[in-house]
Amino acid sequence: MCKGLVGKKLGMTSLFAPDGKYIPVTVLQVGPCVVTQVKNDRTDGYNALQLGFGAKKESKTIKPLKGHFKKSGDSCYSTLKEVGVENPEDYTLGQAIGPEIFAIGEKVNVTGISKGRGFSGVIKRHGFGGGRETHGGHCHRIPGSIGCSAWPSRVTKGKRMPGQYGGDTKTVRNLEIVDIRPEENIILLKGPLPGCRSGIVTINKVLFA
Amino acid sequence: MEIIKNIEREQIRMDLPHFTPGDTVTVHVKIREGNKERIQAFQGVVISRKKGMANATFTVRKVSYGVGVERVFPTNSPIIDRVEVVTRGRVRRAKIYYLRKLRGKAARIREKRFK
Repeated sequence: MCKGLVGKKLGMTSLFAPDGKYIPVTVLQVGPCVVTQVKNDRTDGYNALQLGFGAKKESKTIKPLKGHFKKSGDSCYSTLKEVGVENPEDYTLGQAIGPEIFAIGEKVNVTGISKGRGFSGVIKRHGFGGGRETHGGHCHRIPGSIGCSAWPSRVTKGKRMPGQYGGDTKTVRNLEIVDIRPEENIILLKGPLPGCRSGIVTINKVLFA
Repeated sequence: MEIIKNIEREQIRMDLPHFTPGDTVTVHVKIREGNKERIQAFQGVVISRKKGMANATFTVRKVSYGVGVERVFPTNSPIIDRVEVVTRGRVRRAKIYYLRKLRGKAARIREKRFK
């Protein structure tokens, strides 16, 4: 059984539950993911499927990749991701996998790249309170004191300071699948996901509850 | 984006009657108590309609024992059993929030006359 899929975040909306609750959902396009390589214990040391997702022009694909894609069919893919699999012998090159591997109500983990915010200050990055805006306050968004003086005469490790914020891999765990629409390859997940619209995410089954 | 629009379009309820701010309506709301479900009516003046796809709402105001009560209903919510239009009111504004400051005779709304 394939343990995950690659998808594209399309955006968010909400759905009414029958009891009137308004559930925020993220709309994900998952698949069709095409198996481009099957890895097994014997040859690679572990079981996995390499999945191709998203169209890419053949003219924009580099030659080594073109040769790799040729084994699984005629089309080229913009994203290649590996997902775990229990029995790799069930899968063949070029096989398409869609959202039918999931069930409604199942919990999944989703990994994606969060929105990049560049070099950010402590208020945005760590949620610091900042200084006074009025009454003669001159330090509005600065971090304030960063430690003691003569002793220990250094800044403690891990002190929260300004720096690069966002743009790193984040995983959201135990998201509920609200709806699956196999004919459009759409999955609706409860709650938000990391990253921008049209960002690529990996949806994985929860292995340890 | 078309996919998201379609998801929202599916949820829009077509069975509700047309009503505008100024109209007096009775909203029949499903209320679940334990396993039993009953229907409660909320009658008042529509003071605003917020447009939108699935997330459109309307606000109904009534005065109950001298206290103004306003309730915001999601227009497409399944908890709304049905909406009845009692009277059509003639108002000049899309949001008649000025009703909140008026009491008694001043808070009346002229009825729409159809020729």
